[in-house]
Amino acid sequence: MTPTLGAYAPFVGSGTIEELRLLGHHLRGRQVQNINSTAVGGGVAEILTRMIPLLREVGLDARWDVIHGGEAFFAVTKKLHNALHGAPLELTPQDAEVFRDTTEENLRTLELCDDLLFVHDPQPIQLITAARAGTRRIWRCHVDVSAPAPSAWEFLRPWIERYQAAVFSAPQFGHALPIDQVLIAPSIDPLADKNRELDPGTIEATVQRLGIDPARPLVTQVSRFDRLKDPIGCIEAYRLVRRYSDCQLLLVGGGATDDPEGSAVIAECRERAASDPDIHVVELPPTAHVEINALQRASTVILQKSLREGFGLTVTEALWKAKPVIAGAVGGIPLQITHKYSGILTHTVEGTAYWIKQLLNAPDFARRLGENGREHVRWNFLLTRHLRDYLLLFLALDHPGESLISLAP
Amino acid sequence: MTQRAGHPFHFWTRLTLTKLTGRRAADLAGLVEHLREVPLSVVFHHTHHFLVQHQHLSPEPPNDFAFWVTHTLQEDELGERLAAIDTVQFEHLRDLRERLIGVIEEFLQARQTLRTAPAGEEFHFKDAVSFVLPTGCRASTLAEMSAALATVGTSSIAYHLFEARLRIGGQDNDLSRWLDHELGERELASAVRRLDPYTHTMEGLRQRLLRLIAPRLEGGGAP
Repeated sequence: MTPTLGAYAPFVGSGTIEELRLLGHHLRGRQVQNINSTAVGGGVAEILTRMIPLLREVGLDARWDVIHGGEAFFAVTKKLHNALHGAPLELTPQDAEVFRDTTEENLRTLELCDDLLFVHDPQPIQLITAARAGTRRIWRCHVDVSAPAPSAWEFLRPWIERYQAAVFSAPQFGHALPIDQVLIAPSIDPLADKNRELDPGTIEATVQRLGIDPARPLVTQVSRFDRLKDPIGCIEAYRLVRRYSDCQLLLVGGGATDDPEGSAVIAECRERAASDPDIHVVELPPTAHVEINALQRASTVILQKSLREGFGLTVTEALWKAKPVIAGAVGGIPLQITHKYSGILTHTVEGTAYWIKQLLNAPDFARRLGENGREHVRWNFLLTRHLRDYLLLFLALDHPGESLISLAP
Repeated sequence: MTQRAGHPFHFWTRLTLTKLTGRRAADLAGLVEHLREVPLSVVFHHTHHFLVQHQHLSPEPPNDFAFWVTHTLQEDELGERLAAIDTVQFEHLRDLRERLIGVIEEFLQARQTLRTAPAGEEFHFKDAVSFVLPTGCRASTLAEMSAALATVGTSSIAYHLFEARLRIGGQDNDLSRWLDHELGERELASAVRRLDPYTHTMEGLRQRLLRLIAPRLEGGGAP
């Protein structure tokens, strides 16, 4: 059962919960339609699953629709995704046609709300063509667009500019745009299966089922199998560590329905792992939340060796479990980790290996990093803060150009 | 007898939505240039959000400029000078802006070369849309004040203690003024006025306030 708002009070305090109810009061009855491209897998779907019931509880008429597309469409959107992350890819006229056709097909069946239209990521961005006058239009970008391939950005820019506000996850993702740009970090839900406390028996059983030795250190990366998450770099770092320290490496992830490259990357990882029995490459279904939770909790050190990253919710999840995290200093990760205070930021395979060894051999330091990380997440990256920012954004759209808004009782 | 205020204390709160301005600086010259031009709401954001956002990091540099100068540019001396600016004592944001610029310019006069931030670690100027709203919580007696302070959000505490100076001026804040004027709690008001935002987390500050009030509820003197 989906938890109610009051269930979050033990984490953030009752005053914070009351503030959310007050904001909701000012938006009572307003309609908000979220649209994205996948119902399961990936951070966006996970957040929406938990956010929609809370938006409803505070008084909004919230709904969530998913656009549909064929293989060709998701191949184009994956290419666009990689190009937005800086890969030197050119979108062809055929790509643009596939994109446009899929948008039109979806518009035949999808009715757009005329109050608050909240579109997530590039895939559904062109739906804006059908928005009625007077609709509050928000485009939420979950992707690292700090240094996009110019062709990709130019492809999107005319569409972005048709929205009233663009929402980014980190300051460096902002661009010169004629519309408002808002900074809203994503979040995790402390009560979701992926993050809630687990009994030791569940953790033990999960680890044993995967053939992991519970008595030896475990270094884990939880991530989609995507080259930008650098799973191969994790294997290389692990091999450097193993010259001096004993440990096991676990690369584990679920697939998302809008990511066609996953199986190729898994095959590459298995090939690199070769016959090393201490490297575990595990693909889990996108709904395996309890298993992911258990594996994070069973880990000694968590990696997120991303080369590019939107925000890095797997980092947030690990920090919330008070785990020491070593992560690439990219995208939204530096917002979550202050180097040597709430985790470790690295730039290379060698640096990652160096810090894995340090943390395996300095458990007290590793524990302090984890504890600081958990507190940082508590105050900045839980679902309640995210809900508050969305409510404030909706209210701000009713007061364009104002920097001080007084909300009367 | 329990002293009852003629005018109850109404708890308000300020919540903020962060906006990106598109302005970024890679060195101190760029930082000063933008600092001169940005709206005062940008200055407010970068000097006040630490108080409520980094609730567990105490002590921490009390403004974003000090943090960036110290950690990214690694100009430790200037970082210290910027961190030492007593943000909450300023009654006007334009004075705070001038002070920040003055400290950086004084440092720049003695410098021939400027350090540049690594790519991707530039200072991004952010703005804030502030929403001020009543929480519905109020207090007419010291006991009610104690009960309210135990539960209101930390944003509300920051609003009444530190941001109040920008609204009412002087060294007073909403809470100390109410304790003094409405309940005649002069010593307690003075203790509340002296609370230092830089040495407490917001949760720590809540506990400190409750501890200051507790002896008066038991009939003792102010601490």
